Amino acid sequence: MFANLANLVRYRGLIQSLVARDLKARYRGSVLGFVWSFINPLLLLTIYSFVFSVVLPDLHSKETEPYALFMFCGILPWTWFSSSLTEAAGSLISGGNLIKKVLFPAEVLPIVSVLANMVHFILGLPILAVFLIYYRRPPDLDGLFWFPVTMLVQLTFTSALALIVSALAVHFRDIRDILSNLLTLWFFSTPIIYWIKQAPGLGKQVLDFNPMTHVVVSYQEILFFDGPVGHWKWLLSVGALSVLLFLAGYWLFDRLRDSFAEAV
Amino acid sequence: MTAAIELENVSKIYRRYGGRQFATLKSALLQRSILHDLRPSETFPALKDVSFKVAKGSTFGVMGRNGSGKSTALKLVAGITKPSGGSVRVNGRISALIELGAGFHPEISGRENVFINGIMLGLTKREIQARFDEIVEFAELRDFIDAPVKTYSSGMYMRLGFAVAINVDPDVLLVDEVLAVGDEGFTHKCLDKFAEFRRRNKTILLVTHSLGLVERFCDEALWLDQGRAMASGDPVRVIDAYLTKVEEGEGQLLATTSAKALEDALPASEQPADPTADMFQATEGRWGSREIEITEVSFVDHTGQASFVFHSGLPMAIRVKIRAAQPSDDFVFGVGLFNADGVCCYGTNTYLEEMTPERIAGDAEATFAIDSLDLVEGTYKVDVAVHKRDGYPYDYHRLLYTFRVKSRVHDVGIYRPRHHWSFSPGVTFKSQR
Repeated sequence: MFANLANLVRYRGLIQSLVARDLKARYRGSVLGFVWSFINPLLLLTIYSFVFSVVLPDLHSKETEPYALFMFCGILPWTWFSSSLTEAAGSLISGGNLIKKVLFPAEVLPIVSVLANMVHFILGLPILAVFLIYYRRPPDLDGLFWFPVTMLVQLTFTSALALIVSALAVHFRDIRDILSNLLTLWFFSTPIIYWIKQAPGLGKQVLDFNPMTHVVVSYQEILFFDGPVGHWKWLLSVGALSVLLFLAGYWLFDRLRDSFAEAV
Repeated sequence: MTAAIELENVSKIYRRYGGRQFATLKSALLQRSILHDLRPSETFPALKDVSFKVAKGSTFGVMGRNGSGKSTALKLVAGITKPSGGSVRVNGRISALIELGAGFHPEISGRENVFINGIMLGLTKREIQARFDEIVEFAELRDFIDAPVKTYSSGMYMRLGFAVAINVDPDVLLVDEVLAVGDEGFTHKCLDKFAEFRRRNKTILLVTHSLGLVERFCDEALWLDQGRAMASGDPVRVIDAYLTKVEEGEGQLLATTSAKALEDALPASEQPADPTADMFQATEGRWGSREIEITEVSFVDHTGQASFVFHSGLPMAIRVKIRAAQPSDDFVFGVGLFNADGVCCYGTNTYLEEMTPERIAGDAEATFAIDSLDLVEGTYKVDVAVHKRDGYPYDYHRLLYTFRVKSRVHDVGIYRPRHHWSFSPGVTFKSQR
């Protein structure tokens, strides 16, 4: 297993070019092309702003004003997370030709899904920056140090789940359908459209169990709220957990590897 | 001599049914062998106890019918699937031409696909850069290399895939039936490339239906049938064994189709509106009054054995058994040979050949012997008939019998006249192998 894991480093050239291919291919043929990477999160934000600022303006608390900016800090990383898993679940099946006909390291495919969506996340950051400047809320530099750390934690956690989901989806195709519903539930169980402090006692405990809570709250503390990042202990715990989960996910993937060529 | 590829008692078992692979998630996680508790009825052995060795620098051909396990063997050598039993060892870098352009993405350009495909096959960016022009040149796609691959024709797609794979510069090249990718010119280029590989002492494992290719290129051959190695060694010998078996199989198939055609024709014994049905109207069937009945028709080869497969140029006979319910003095025997297009290659009867009937009674036999079957390769159908001199049919069997003609020469046409070539001293040919 660890030998295979080391191979993953050897395949970085392959991963790199596949991510590039993914990004190039995605918007080929559309008029706006890469601009969609910016427009998609903006549209999503517009929808939620409409619902929570115009239709239900009283639901969010004062502390989360400007609310659009608050939500954007959560939606952007969430989109990375959920799109990665959705794509990873189908990655081995749609890449079946490669697995069946070419000697190809299968784990590259879910990892590429995660990384391609990470690039979209990064492309969304300039928009976030524009928002931050518009609302005159520059994040403080100490906090910004935590930004790459949070990204790294999220990357590890997402990759771990992507490996597990992709390997299991080969054998249990039902997973792809379950996943989309599960992700909706997960979205609402993560403090993205509401503030974590709004959750009552039991709700808070439930939220604490959700690793994505701590990732999203970290982003919010870094980018949105003033003052020092108080959530870093939680974040690092989630980071440690993610590393273990990644190893477990890789072990599972490795176990099932030989069956992929026949089952996809 | 060291072995580049070595298979030892290799078997491969596939699941017969698709769908769910595991009984429970737990068994999925904990059992390495996923086929552990499958009953034999649920599995399909694609390879059974196959062993062979390919010496470094040699070209090895694997042949067999569809479903004989050739491609499975190739996938095992390539490492794409793992054997269920036995061991597979390969020395050196492999490139597998199993499915050309397997990793191509339709939306992006040929150029980008060359790079990504090359990296997938184990090249570095720099190596591809260095070989890029050669790849494009070889694929004959210079004008289209920047167009998205989805706009390519299937031939262009395959050529590009082939060009990339062949330029990986492997030690061991695995080829699965990919020479049918282009026109004649491109096929020749591929063959030249293989020849170059051979000269550079690389190992080639070739899976193909083209026996000519095996005979021309391979140092050794293996014949697989239903997952078992039937013969291996000298290509010519293996091919001969294979062809004999194929003929047997074809013969059996023709025997069953002939029997079925005859059976289907039996109820249609009522007379057609026009009893002197047009000889060239090619519909199958049987009609006639049966006062004289054809009870059996068989084809006999030069050794006197009944067969359905014959070699061009050898003797062949059509043997007809007849039963006359009452003695008669008005009868004509006729036969007609039709090729697969329904063209009458030859037709004759005893009346046309000016034989005057005298008497037939009881059980009898008529044999139409051909001294030399001068037909080109193909499937032929046969008419056999007994009728009166005025055409009134006793028993007419229209296209009910089928036989196959095999030939080493793939000439074309309806009929092969006996011939030979001769040349003035200024023209010479290499002596054939």
